[in-house]
Amino acid sequence: MPAFLITNNWYDFRDLGNLSGKLLDLLDDALPFGVVYVIAALLGFVASFVIFVLPSQLFVGVYGERKLIGRIQSRYGPNRVGPFGLLQPIADAIKLMQKEALTPTSADRALMYLAPIVFVAPCVLLFAVIPFGPNMVFADIPVAIVYFLAVSSIPVLTTFMAGWSHNNKYSLFGAMRVVAMTISYELPLVLGMLGVVLFTATLGLQSTVLWQKEMDIWLVFLQPLAFAIFFLGASAELNRTPTDIAEAESEIVAGYLTEYSGMKWGLFYGMDIGYAIAAAAFGVTVFLGGWTFFGLEKWVPPWLIFIGKTYLFYFLFIWTRGTLPRLRIDQLMTFAWKFMLPIALLNLVIVATERMFWVEEKADDSIVYAFALINIIAAAAAIYGWSRALGYRPENTPQKARLVSEAGGFVPVDAHGEGSK
Amino acid sequence: MTPGLEHFLTVGAILFCLGLTIALSKRNAIGVLMGIEIMLNAVNLTLLSFARFGVGHGPVAGQAFVVFIITVAAAEAAVALALAVSVYRNRDTIDVDKLNLLRS
Amino acid sequence: MDGFGVTFAFWVLTGVTLVAALGVLLSRNLLHAVLFLILTFVGMAGYFVLLSADFLGMAQVLIYVGAIAVLVLFAVLLTPRAGRDNGETRMFLPALLLCGTLLAVILFVITDTNWAVSEEPATVSAAGLGEALLSRWVLPFELASVLLTVALVGSIMLVRSREEEAEDPR
Repeated sequence: MPAFLITNNWYDFRDLGNLSGKLLDLLDDALPFGVVYVIAALLGFVASFVIFVLPSQLFVGVYGERKLIGRIQSRYGPNRVGPFGLLQPIADAIKLMQKEALTPTSADRALMYLAPIVFVAPCVLLFAVIPFGPNMVFADIPVAIVYFLAVSSIPVLTTFMAGWSHNNKYSLFGAMRVVAMTISYELPLVLGMLGVVLFTATLGLQSTVLWQKEMDIWLVFLQPLAFAIFFLGASAELNRTPTDIAEAESEIVAGYLTEYSGMKWGLFYGMDIGYAIAAAAFGVTVFLGGWTFFGLEKWVPPWLIFIGKTYLFYFLFIWTRGTLPRLRIDQLMTFAWKFMLPIALLNLVIVATERMFWVEEKADDSIVYAFALINIIAAAAAIYGWSRALGYRPENTPQKARLVSEAGGFVPVDAHGEGSK
Repeated sequence: MTPGLEHFLTVGAILFCLGLTIALSKRNAIGVLMGIEIMLNAVNLTLLSFARFGVGHGPVAGQAFVVFIITVAAAEAAVALALAVSVYRNRDTIDVDKLNLLRS
Repeated sequence: MDGFGVTFAFWVLTGVTLVAALGVLLSRNLLHAVLFLILTFVGMAGYFVLLSADFLGMAQVLIYVGAIAVLVLFAVLLTPRAGRDNGETRMFLPALLLCGTLLAVILFVITDTNWAVSEEPATVSAAGLGEALLSRWVLPFELASVLLTVALVGSIMLVRSREEEAEDPR
């Protein structure tokens, strides 16, 4: 079907990269040497961040998240400002800008002002390597996966700067928790991604998408364990609610955000959503086929498919946030070191064996479907078996309410010599 | 001026000497460790610039060496910081001037 | 290695990295020194990318900024009563003199030597580096992994407190 192939003509709206490429070519001819590099960077920033991320933050991250969590908790969510409350995020932003930005007297002023600014930069940088379509990627570098993991480890330091600069013990607790948790979750995350890289034999994001397109299978089926590890690790590193021990308001007021107010707090809040969207985009690109949809990308613009998938992935984050209770810090640490790390290592061994078999036996490419079946079974077995080995006993969970004595517990005897009811 | 081999080597040398100054003169054990990290980084830079511009063993050897140096630096940082923490537990200080139990 | 972008990037990186390294030396606050150290690491990663070792540049950010700097921060936080000042010992001037002399010698060597620079700067892909690490350099590679394990076990043993040791089942 050559009629539906995406062409390189600038009017082909199925790939906006053609249009911007044409534009840059024209500008390169017209302008003096070197200016076009600056314009390309600005264009990439505007295209990925101002057009995609910022509206996503406002309307999916703030409005959609609050609305959905409201519905999950049997509330209405925002419904006052504008139709269906759609203007709520803008009203919030105006309110935040009007607020006074307080600074504690004993705070480290320079760090406190610097932290929110430095927090924004890596989020913008992350979107440089995400492919939105066949030509819609700003920097298709060959080591994009490592780049993403590396850049996404910078915000931790910013969080630490924020927490330390306040000279407030709750902030420092929050900062220490973030640092400890990130070091713990970074390990299984990187090991899980290593499994993916072993299969595709590439570190580039665009080439990962093309590999999935060529093999006609998404990596989530080939690497279910790595996907689970990525999702859990990412939501832990993003400080989203089941794992937001860094700002657990029932324990340490607001963690590293305790002393922030006004737009400085707003930058942290908004960019947290930005990082979540970046993680969703990365997860979609690596595990869910990126801008491909089994041939549908020839008819529908690939960037629409990509954005739709990203929002669906983000919905997973909202869902876990709305339904799961917050974990304690020791539970989270135990989970990272005792559960996720062994599972990630097991995944790596399985993938390495399969890859070696594939290469050494020169097997046909359709063997990936067999691998997918094996890996899904292995994933289920590994998760169930390892959690049982760690003491998870679902059959011991009571199905109905039981008395203390019935359950084998200790019934204290009160002063009158009667057992308490 | 287009940067060549000499430019990168100069930057590496300046950073190495800065790191050496920090490692030799800081009072805090963690400060000393930071100096050592800067020195290792400067060595990495020098190796990589030779790998890029030099003739001889080819670029792969230089990059492989850098991988090993990064590994050793990570191991060294972990052990040194563990030492600092355990010294702190025993002596309540990590000031290298005050760690003089063996002085008569 | 030509083009306006490379030159511009080189001088910007040089400024940032050297100022950050000076900041580690001069800042009085230990936490600020650690943050300057992180900036030095990031600048170094920029140099690595300039030298077309992009995988190592990313690994530099991932390992130094993501792991080692965080470890250093942790060590600073775990030694709360040790003082957060970043002062020098009495050996500051001798150290400065020694390092100045060393720098002068190295700079003389750099400018005086007639370096054999290859005309065609070679590049290595991440795949090529991995290939080399697992074929020609496989023995040091395995040794490095053993070293990491030893460092892991050793640092855990070093920082265990007496209470934790008492809790251990024998």
